[in-house]
Amino acid sequence: MCAGDWRMLEAMKSPEFRKSALPRPAWSRLLSACVLLFAVLALGGCERSAPLPLRLTSIAGHMPDLSFSLTDDHDHTVTAGDYLGKIVLLYFGYTHCPDVCPLTLAHLHVVMQRLGPLADDARILFVSVDPARDTPAVLHSYVTAFDPRVVGLTGSPRALERLTKDYRAAFSREPSQANGDYEVTHSGGVYIFDRQGKARVLASPAASQDDIVHDLHLLISQGATP
Amino acid sequence: MNARAPSPRPKHGRARAFTVSLLLAGLLPGAAAYASAAQHVQASHAWIRVLPGDLPAGAYVTLRNDDSHAIELTGASSKSYAQVMLHQSTTSGGMSHMAAVHALTIPAHGQATLAPGGYHLMLMHAAAPILPGASVRLTLEFSDGSSLPVDFLARPANAEGDGTH
Repeated sequence: MCAGDWRMLEAMKSPEFRKSALPRPAWSRLLSACVLLFAVLALGGCERSAPLPLRLTSIAGHMPDLSFSLTDDHDHTVTAGDYLGKIVLLYFGYTHCPDVCPLTLAHLHVVMQRLGPLADDARILFVSVDPARDTPAVLHSYVTAFDPRVVGLTGSPRALERLTKDYRAAFSREPSQANGDYEVTHSGGVYIFDRQGKARVLASPAASQDDIVHDLHLLISQGATP
Repeated sequence: MNARAPSPRPKHGRARAFTVSLLLAGLLPGAAAYASAAQHVQASHAWIRVLPGDLPAGAYVTLRNDDSHAIELTGASSKSYAQVMLHQSTTSGGMSHMAAVHALTIPAHGQATLAPGGYHLMLMHAAAPILPGASVRLTLEFSDGSSLPVDFLARPANAEGDGTH
């Protein structure tokens, strides 16, 4: 939007724009001044919301605002609105994942510990991509084994598919063993949203704890109630 | 095996017996000097990330090979779990994937690390609930048929390692 305003301003300066302009009576000059004033104010607005010096991969404007209606690990229906005012760390996984999912959650637990009391302003949403096996009860014992700030979420395959599509976190299931177990391929990143539910940064599986802590500090300090 | 190799036929039975005993005498010291893969492997930092309920757990260990030949870890077994599988997690294009692997090579005079986010042993269906702090014996199996019992320390779900570093 801000870049667009700038381009509009540039276009108005161009000879083509001036040629096409009618002879300029006083009211027209006043109008131009108003447009200029508006543009300057708009640019000022850009400056006020200058991007935070975040270290993780920016996804602002590339990913939709947080939006879902799912079931939490207390078997309550929850929506994205319930987490407004909190910094949300969204991670897709499943409880029968013995290696990478616990590794990510253990890392996030350390991140929460490093944030100290500020961690109360953050919630880790562990969204299951395996709703058939991950009941709210299974999710509850799983997430509480990692950190009190983790919330386990599950829901209908359709609701989960919509959410994973929103964040291009495609997942697939492959039957693996004769006993009916299957493997799941899933997005390994952690999507981080600000207090307004706007997508801000993506922590890739290789992201350092330092960078995650750094960015969470910035996002928590932004819009914190004084 | 070696006795099957064509050799000049001895003229007398006694001579044949003598040859055979010579062959055996030659073979036996060799057999005694031969060490199995398991005898060349030292395990350290062995731990298990215990998850709640009957969820599968990941087991991790560092394996050092002091032999001049590479050694292959092919799997493991345990009385504490119904099934143990050698697995590898990989991440590409931001996607995490886990798959069974047949063997992990421990290079000559080198080491192989089973660590979170890479190679690990997936432990399924514990015979009895395993609590953090417990010691769990897994028997590592190598491609030459030898095996090495190793005690793994059960650690909490949110542990970052075996707690020693």
